Amino acid sequence: MELTGAEIVLRCLQEEGVEHVFGYPGGAVLFIYDEFFKQDKVKHILTRHEQGAVHAADGYSRSTKKVGVALVTSGPGATNAVTGIATAYMDSIPMVIISGQVPTPAIGLDAFQEVDTVGITRPCVKHNFLVKDVKDIASTLKKAFYLASSGRPGPVLVDIPKDITQHKTEFVYPESVSLRSYNPVTKGHPGQIRRALQLMLEARRPMVYTGGGVILSDAAGELTEFVEMMNFPCTNTLMGLGGFPATDGHFLGMLGMHGTFEANMAMQECDVLIAIGARFDDRVIGNPEHFYNPSRKIIHIDIDPSSISKRVRVDIPIVGNVRDVLQDMLKMLSSSREHCNPAELESWWKQIEEWKSRDCLKYDRGSAIIKPQMVVEKLYDVTEGDAFVTSDVGQHQMWAAQFYKFDKPRRWINSGGLGTMGFGLPAAMGVQMANPGAKVACVTGEGSIQMCIQELSTCKQYHLPVKIIALNNRYLGMVRQWQEFFHGNRYSESYMDALPDFVKLAEAYGHVGMRIEKPEDVEGALREAFALKERLVFMDFITDQTENVFPMVPGGKGLNEMILV
Amino acid sequence: MRHIISLLMENEAGALSRVSGLFSARGYNIESLSVAPTEDPSLSRMTIVTSGSEDVIEQIIKQLNKLIEVIKVIDLNDGEHIEREMMLVKVKAGEAEREEAKRMADIFRGRIIDVSDQSYTIELTGTVAKLDAFLAAIDRSWILETVRTGASGIGRGNRMLRI
Repeated sequence: MELTGAEIVLRCLQEEGVEHVFGYPGGAVLFIYDEFFKQDKVKHILTRHEQGAVHAADGYSRSTKKVGVALVTSGPGATNAVTGIATAYMDSIPMVIISGQVPTPAIGLDAFQEVDTVGITRPCVKHNFLVKDVKDIASTLKKAFYLASSGRPGPVLVDIPKDITQHKTEFVYPESVSLRSYNPVTKGHPGQIRRALQLMLEARRPMVYTGGGVILSDAAGELTEFVEMMNFPCTNTLMGLGGFPATDGHFLGMLGMHGTFEANMAMQECDVLIAIGARFDDRVIGNPEHFYNPSRKIIHIDIDPSSISKRVRVDIPIVGNVRDVLQDMLKMLSSSREHCNPAELESWWKQIEEWKSRDCLKYDRGSAIIKPQMVVEKLYDVTEGDAFVTSDVGQHQMWAAQFYKFDKPRRWINSGGLGTMGFGLPAAMGVQMANPGAKVACVTGEGSIQMCIQELSTCKQYHLPVKIIALNNRYLGMVRQWQEFFHGNRYSESYMDALPDFVKLAEAYGHVGMRIEKPEDVEGALREAFALKERLVFMDFITDQTENVFPMVPGGKGLNEMILV
Repeated sequence: MRHIISLLMENEAGALSRVSGLFSARGYNIESLSVAPTEDPSLSRMTIVTSGSEDVIEQIIKQLNKLIEVIKVIDLNDGEHIEREMMLVKVKAGEAEREEAKRMADIFRGRIIDVSDQSYTIELTGTVAKLDAFLAAIDRSWILETVRTGASGIGRGNRMLRI
């Protein structure tokens, strides 16, 4: 039997086991939406903006490892989706975005709601396709899901003109897909792994530095086993938090621009650095010239060869899937009797303990004004460290990363690479949709939350009981902090005036709103909010306006040149 | 340093823009780029002349390999290779220039492929340097128009780029 292109799209989604699609309808995708109406296997979640749809699909994917799926119309639907796509691209999140396009004969004629979606998204997708024949829909979607989830994952966009969704053809979903031009590696080269192990065993001051690759490849278990076995110190990037348990004694906290003193110093001073699924980006190592240390050897495990020796020259590259490589390493380690010199390790740990005693994350716990750090600490206590925490971008993001101790992967969900304000709330919707019944908190600021505030309406429609923790300091805090440090306290356009009454706003959307102004009320409010299991609660915490994020590595400096409290 | 990179990719719509987009997005130089289908019509072969430090060239090759439609990439500078470019030059060929223009074409082993009472069109093939040398050798004011294909390259002997 012949099916229409639109029917085929739905059948493909079903074949891929897709349960939720986040989207927004429009002219070019009407036939596809008609098919959604006629079936009940794939659930569609109507967001209030296409950016929200893509972020929601992204959060859905980050919390589950499933491929996130978003559906948008042509023209403005696609351009609104671009921020979301770029966000997913920078953090290597597997997603498939289906966009409608004007009918094939209208392409190139400046038709209503026409935009060159494939052209616009080309630099921020892993790959994209324009489907020009109904016969190609099934094979293209098969390829899209395969590309999105294999190798270094990423978003893949499939642009489908409206007439193609009307045309008919026989539906056959390919069982497998192979592309002669795309063969991602999985296993690391055994010789390289052996060389790396040899170097590690000779290390006197080893350091393990891991990133989002550990989360993406589900290697947290292997990483933990490896670190424990070797008795090495371990740090995570912002994207890697939860890849190693934060409450474990081997954990030195996050590194980077707002990393801990001990993690940054150990990065700088170690003699063997083991980088796993991380990419030495500018927010992590600062200035590569300052980071350079001739007495340090670097081992780098990554699935993407282009991430290796991009910013920092490495001594032993291992191209492969992090999980596979760690498994091979563990096997080799358990069959060998060699160990690091325990005396050397002990004196290295002694040095690290000394750095730790600097207590770089201290803040005024006796303050009469709510300190943002304290809110995150209380959030950790109240949720017993077991929440999914999404965040937006800015100071609140750094405090959440520093003070919520993530013990499990896929619990910390934030826009690390692109730094997209407005990510937190829609991402939290995706997380809650994928994990019904789980505690989901969105740590945000009064600036970021307003970038996708319309999604409060989506949360109402789908009964998503997200808890919004707004650290409201009436400033675009991170901008203000930079202006204080580097622009002579000239707070150009970083003050937020005329803020809405968030309590009333939440209520207007049908949710619960709370304003918390005193430190002694913080914990009680959080407990009350999380007890409201069925409701979204918007908590507006009025926090200290002048609080800064410390430590801080100023732009262009090295990791050991931190500004400390 | 100047490098000549050859690659094979799927002969599909948009493939060229992925390569050119990569170069502009990451700030890599393109001196020239030429592309055409191969004897297998499903494949395109592209030759890119670029320049950069060894680190930059390494990244260019890795980033090209990362493009989904790119099948194989080689840096021809890694071994012996031959490089050719073709140029058509229209030069003044009136009374005063006619003899000299013909002589210059001969010296550079060019062929005159179009003649009018006021001009010659000369076809020249050679390395990029040879074509540059021709342009430098003739009187600048004689040159009416030039068009160049960009370099193509191929490995010597058994060195081959194929799938």
